[in-house]
Amino acid sequence: MPLTSFSRRKFLMGTAAFAGATSLPTFATADAHAPLTAGFIYVGPKDDFGYNQAHAEGAAAVKAMEGVIVVEEENVAETTDVQNSMESMINFDGAKLLFPTSFGYFNPHVLETAPKHPDVRFQHAAGLWTDGMPTNVGSYFGYIGMGQYLNGIAAGHATTTKKIGFVAAKPIPQVLLNINSFLLGARQVDPEITCQVIFTGEWSLAVKEAEATNALADAGCDVITCHVDGPKVVMETAAGRDCFVCGYHADQSPLAPEKYLTGAEWNWAGVYTGMVQTMLDGGTIDNFVRGGLADGFIKLSPLGPAVSDASRAQFEAVKAQIMAGGFAAIKGPLNDNAGNPLLTADKTLVETDIALESMDYLVEGVIGSTS
Amino acid sequence: MTDRSVTAPLVVPAHRGLLGRFARRAEAVVLPLAALLVGIAVFSIFLLLQGKSPIQFFALTYQGAFGSAFSWQNTLSRTAPLLFAALCVALPARLGLVVIGGEGAIVLGGVAAGASGVVFSQSIGVIAFPLMAACAMLVGGLWIGAVGALRYYRGVNETIASLLMAYIAIALMNHLVEGPLRDPESLNKPSTTPLPAQLRVGDIPGWEVHWGLAFGILACLLAWVLIEKTTWGFAARIAGGNMRAAQVQGLSVGRLIIGFTALGGALAGLAGFFEVAAVHGSANGSLAAGYGYTGILVAFLARHNPLAIIPVAILLAGFEASSGLIQRRMNLPAATVLVLQGFVFVSILMSDTLYGRFKMFAPERWRSD
Repeated sequence: MPLTSFSRRKFLMGTAAFAGATSLPTFATADAHAPLTAGFIYVGPKDDFGYNQAHAEGAAAVKAMEGVIVVEEENVAETTDVQNSMESMINFDGAKLLFPTSFGYFNPHVLETAPKHPDVRFQHAAGLWTDGMPTNVGSYFGYIGMGQYLNGIAAGHATTTKKIGFVAAKPIPQVLLNINSFLLGARQVDPEITCQVIFTGEWSLAVKEAEATNALADAGCDVITCHVDGPKVVMETAAGRDCFVCGYHADQSPLAPEKYLTGAEWNWAGVYTGMVQTMLDGGTIDNFVRGGLADGFIKLSPLGPAVSDASRAQFEAVKAQIMAGGFAAIKGPLNDNAGNPLLTADKTLVETDIALESMDYLVEGVIGSTS
Repeated sequence: MTDRSVTAPLVVPAHRGLLGRFARRAEAVVLPLAALLVGIAVFSIFLLLQGKSPIQFFALTYQGAFGSAFSWQNTLSRTAPLLFAALCVALPARLGLVVIGGEGAIVLGGVAAGASGVVFSQSIGVIAFPLMAACAMLVGGLWIGAVGALRYYRGVNETIASLLMAYIAIALMNHLVEGPLRDPESLNKPSTTPLPAQLRVGDIPGWEVHWGLAFGILACLLAWVLIEKTTWGFAARIAGGNMRAAQVQGLSVGRLIIGFTALGGALAGLAGFFEVAAVHGSANGSLAAGYGYTGILVAFLARHNPLAIIPVAILLAGFEASSGLIQRRMNLPAATVLVLQGFVFVSILMSDTLYGRFKMFAPERWRSD
């Protein structure tokens, strides 16, 4: 047999014919008078004990509302995949309100899809909307750095080695603010405390998260928190090394019931039900919404069994101050961890300060480097 | 059944008419299709065990992937990177090399396209596009070509080398977009400087699918011509059949290995160019979307035939396009489509052992039994 006849040029010809014959539309478009359909899109699994679960809990609260249908999709990449998922929800499910929840969905994917569907509302979880962008797009975000500050207070009371640890994804402003807040909270308890940070480089990379947690435990850190998409691995690994843990994104107390101190959680349930109610009432959601603890955008996990009375008292006192508004975790005098001055004694950056959103430094007392 | 293929005559007797010709060709179509159906059947059992309806599953797959103009657009827009990624596997496979690290060439090609786009940001698309594409192909070609060189000169296993190099490539991309190439404006999502509007690749007129699809299909056609109709392709297939025999024949095996791996890598780099210029607008971490790995599946299902890659890539893109609808309507997790792909993959690999075992596909054996 000559070698050329190995060419399988008619391979799957039948499939091609099948594909060609299938372009008949077979679905009915959604009824215009149907209840409001809200679509939620997650970048990872919605039971990840983290970022995605926090949003999925918000979706679950919306699902319980009258006159709303919720459709959800998980593991959607930040590529044309998310554009297609949004289009699919609009085309097949008649969605009028979309929550593409991952940071990377916004530019270019939400910005490209929104102008094609002026009657659909796109709500994106980050403070990225600015004037001039499509008006059917909205941004919302919460000041969760305050949650890490309160985590730090609980950590400061729990540590005996005066070393606490932070497993971080990437050295970007939001993450740096969380790291700095965590340390500064702990230093309210004891100014000798240091915080070691390890960056994994990825939002979701279980192996490196476990390695980083073990490395922190080896270095003597006895309270560990994190900012990665799914804190499950960090929580379980740290608790397995007999460290205390502070949660992030969602409630991780079931993963380490004895070792869990508290956690900085998103409170999307309140935010989302509010937005959906606005839509149901025929109103318009503001294009730019932000809030903190007092506005119900974030919340703290219930304090765990290992939290002492002194810790609880200080935690509740600072929480009350934050609830009162105008609280500043980042305030002068403050140096970065290379000794360069950042803020003079009279300067404070309150939680709403826009300067916090371009943070590119680690404060004195954080062991680690942004690059 | 005894295996008679070894006793088949070395010189093929004249075709026994049209029917014999058809039978010979049919094997390459019927076996993969049968394997596909077996994979689907096993998956259906899996669904039944989960208490879900396979009929509903495949009806939704059809609706989400091919059931409407929108579905086709959804499917085809996922196809383009798969075509290039599959060629990155299929071309070296003709030399018997299993290269599975196309993901690395895609992400680095994307970075090269993003970085070169910044350099050429003052020029118009006609000038800049070929240069950006060339940069992406050069980087992708060097990356996978290095896998071929390691194999030829140092005897390093190309499968392991390419896979591990993909991780290095992703780390390198992260370093570059978070460090030297970072746009200072990109605060929370480190990216290269966004490409200006005239350097964005648009959609094919009348379709909501970018030009990458057309170039991907063109690349498949050209790759088929290269393999089937040129002496280089012929030499590559000989070397793939028996490398030592090819060397004895005086074929330059080293050049073939490095050339085919580099070409595969260059095409994967081109996928990165289209991801940046047509989809993202800048190079960033979203480039590592796993197309390189789905491309492996496409190439194996297509049995490394560049023409077959086209329908197979569309089919797999269709599975992925319908994944969302299945999640929403059947309340199945996103991994369901991966399970289906896994069953089909194993089934197709197992079907490889069946070639030459069925008499009905071998006209020369019809009369002798």
